Amino acid sequence: MGCVSNEQTDLKAQALLETAKDEIPIVNYEELAPLLKQQNDTTYVINFWATWCKPCVQELPYFETIGSRYPGKVKVILVSLDMPQLLEKQVIPFVKKNKIQSDVLLLDDPDANGWINKVSTRWSGSIPATLIYRGTDRTFYEQSFTYKELNEELTKFL
Amino acid sequence: MKFSKLLFALVVVGIISVVAMAANLVASDDISTFQGYKVGDKATDFSLKNIDGSMVSLADYPEAKGFIVIFTTNHCPYAVLYEDRIIALDQQFKKKGYPVIAINPNDTPAYPEDSYKNMKVRAKEKGFTFPYLFDKGQNVYPQYGATKTPHTYVLQKQGDDLLVKYIGAIDNNYKDAADATEFYVQDAVNALLSNKKIDVQETKAIGCSIKKA
Repeated sequence: MGCVSNEQTDLKAQALLETAKDEIPIVNYEELAPLLKQQNDTTYVINFWATWCKPCVQELPYFETIGSRYPGKVKVILVSLDMPQLLEKQVIPFVKKNKIQSDVLLLDDPDANGWINKVSTRWSGSIPATLIYRGTDRTFYEQSFTYKELNEELTKFL
Repeated sequence: MKFSKLLFALVVVGIISVVAMAANLVASDDISTFQGYKVGDKATDFSLKNIDGSMVSLADYPEAKGFIVIFTTNHCPYAVLYEDRIIALDQQFKKKGYPVIAINPNDTPAYPEDSYKNMKVRAKEKGFTFPYLFDKGQNVYPQYGATKTPHTYVLQKQGDDLLVKYIGAIDNNYKDAADATEFYVQDAVNALLSNKKIDVQETKAIGCSIKKA
């Protein structure tokens, strides 16, 4: 049973990432959750951000860089907390203009108290925030990164 | 013989649970690093400049039974979505002894929208009915442990003390007040007013991180 549900979780996650190649899927927390617990050799870097959040936008290039620096080993997923009605007007143009290569999802789940602790009990709810994990090894960061800091934290997982 | 088997089994179970606990520790990231108030702590008063130029302290409200202290900003879309609800809270609870005190913690050139000057503009536009204070020097928000806007603290007077009774979100739907089903701050203040236990004392919400200058 455990295996089956793991496989299903993986399939859902893969389908979501497949969609994210061409568009920005709008997901609720339940749909996002499988991407936060993939059990394989990839190190996942999940960054919570929004187009209006200055410190988030400032550090996005670093996430883009680490995404391309360790091909096959690191997967960067950018989870936007922009309002869903701003997807067409703001998020998509931003992603195009900045030529964002990482997968982008938009998390639309206004009952944040219901899911923040599921991402990490260390998260008070402010963005930018980042989860880095590989298998069961995971660390949560409620902070902004410099490229050096981000790369240092990431290499602990590689 | 039986006893030694039992002992052996107990030891094995013990080892397994210790290993399991250790594994849990590695896998979890539960260590809280927050500083600031927890529910039950005593809150300290402050003296901050209001948008009308006056200095405001909680001690200026001898009649109040407590306060709804909300850290909020002009620039943050989440805070903006809550502005009308903050005004409604003040209208509902000021007359019952729990006025809203709003504090803008972003004393930083990084957010020109959150300047003292722009606070006055925004308060006028929205018709704020409560003090909107500027945390000049950013000494108050770290004391409270606010990390983002909006971030709410319900305080209750007990003798000379101000006790923290609720920390967190205003309700459970930042997008749309009409879709909210849990009204955390309202429920907390109503419970205090009727001497009842607050069911939900702490919640979390997404917000804009407060920028340290």
